[in-house]
Amino acid sequence: MEYVLIIITAIFVNNVVLSQFLGICPFVGVSNKVSTAVGMSGAVAFVMVIATLVTYFLQKLLESFGIEFMQTITFILVIASLVQIVEIVLKKVSPALYQSLGIFLPLITTNCTVLGVAIKVTEASYAPDGFEYGALGAAVYALANAIGYGLALTIFAGLREQMELSDIPKGMKGVPIAFITAGILAMAFMGFAGLFQAAE
Amino acid sequence: MNKLSIFTKGLLKENPALVLILGMCPTLGVTTSAINGLGVGLATTFVVVLSNMIISMLKKLIPDNVHIPAYIVVIASLVTILQQLMAAYLPSLNESLGLFIPLIVVNCIVLGRAEAFASKNNVADSALDGLGMGLGFTIALTILGAIREVLGAGSIFDLKFYDGDGIIGFILAPGAFLVLGYLVAGCRRLINKIYKKEE
Repeated sequence: MEYVLIIITAIFVNNVVLSQFLGICPFVGVSNKVSTAVGMSGAVAFVMVIATLVTYFLQKLLESFGIEFMQTITFILVIASLVQIVEIVLKKVSPALYQSLGIFLPLITTNCTVLGVAIKVTEASYAPDGFEYGALGAAVYALANAIGYGLALTIFAGLREQMELSDIPKGMKGVPIAFITAGILAMAFMGFAGLFQAAE
Repeated sequence: MNKLSIFTKGLLKENPALVLILGMCPTLGVTTSAINGLGVGLATTFVVVLSNMIISMLKKLIPDNVHIPAYIVVIASLVTILQQLMAAYLPSLNESLGLFIPLIVVNCIVLGRAEAFASKNNVADSALDGLGMGLGFTIALTILGAIREVLGAGSIFDLKFYDGDGIIGFILAPGAFLVLGYLVAGCRRLINKIYKKEE
């Protein structure tokens, strides 16, 4: 039950992009086409799950030495090297997937969703009702967040594809109208916030 | 390029948040009030000035093919220093900014300036560039935070001027996107006006 709760909360109620503002740069940058949005979400999901699992155990190691303040610097190095490794492995094992992800792989290092989720899992204050993430919980949480990210990115890309054809005032073209659309989308997602009170 | 224009270009013409659209996560995430916007803006300024200076000093020592990891290590160490300082001296601000302090590491402004400016220029110019960019970012965040605070909570810099609730949507996620959208559009218009006159 707890896992179901984690998944639904992460995808709809606390959507990474639309309510927590993580990963906005690629959200605005690569969401012109649905196909690129899907590619990007796939790459992010892949790296996010692995990175969260690795950093989860790494955090335990840091805690055992009492050097938690090194968290930021170790996590970002782990993520950067993971992205490199994933890139090399994919190139060898599945050239087709590597081709389709293309430029998105190296970009993931600077995607703050990955670092954000990795840090959140380690801090109890972000967990619902003092719930302690185990390794499995961490992986589920990362996956759910990645799905939420993909969902927001894909919906947004679809909207922007439609927007290309509509008549928009000159000053609002491009980025400004994208933000305003995102605002309305976020408003729609706010409706999910009542989901749990209703269910109880 | 003279010294003054290195500094001022970050303020309006190449404002990182409103024109280059970099560093969007903190821009939207923390600007629920003017104070928070100012706090994260200044924290980012601290990191970008120092990282620009250090990277500019080290530019001859860092081998070309590992320069990105090297930059990230420099930036991450600075952010760690900042985290420790803030936890010690500004615990309440640190608490309200939360996750967004460690996330300065992946703020594209910092890495972007290191790559685009500090790796090619001397220490003094890099510091100026960092300061201009950082302050431009701070100004954008403070304005955004102030607008959201006025509309959403009926107060500014924590001074309440209106009894009762504001429009809560402006404190929550949708307001951030909406206000930023209009700010970007307004900023474009302003730039068009100013720079057309110069020509």
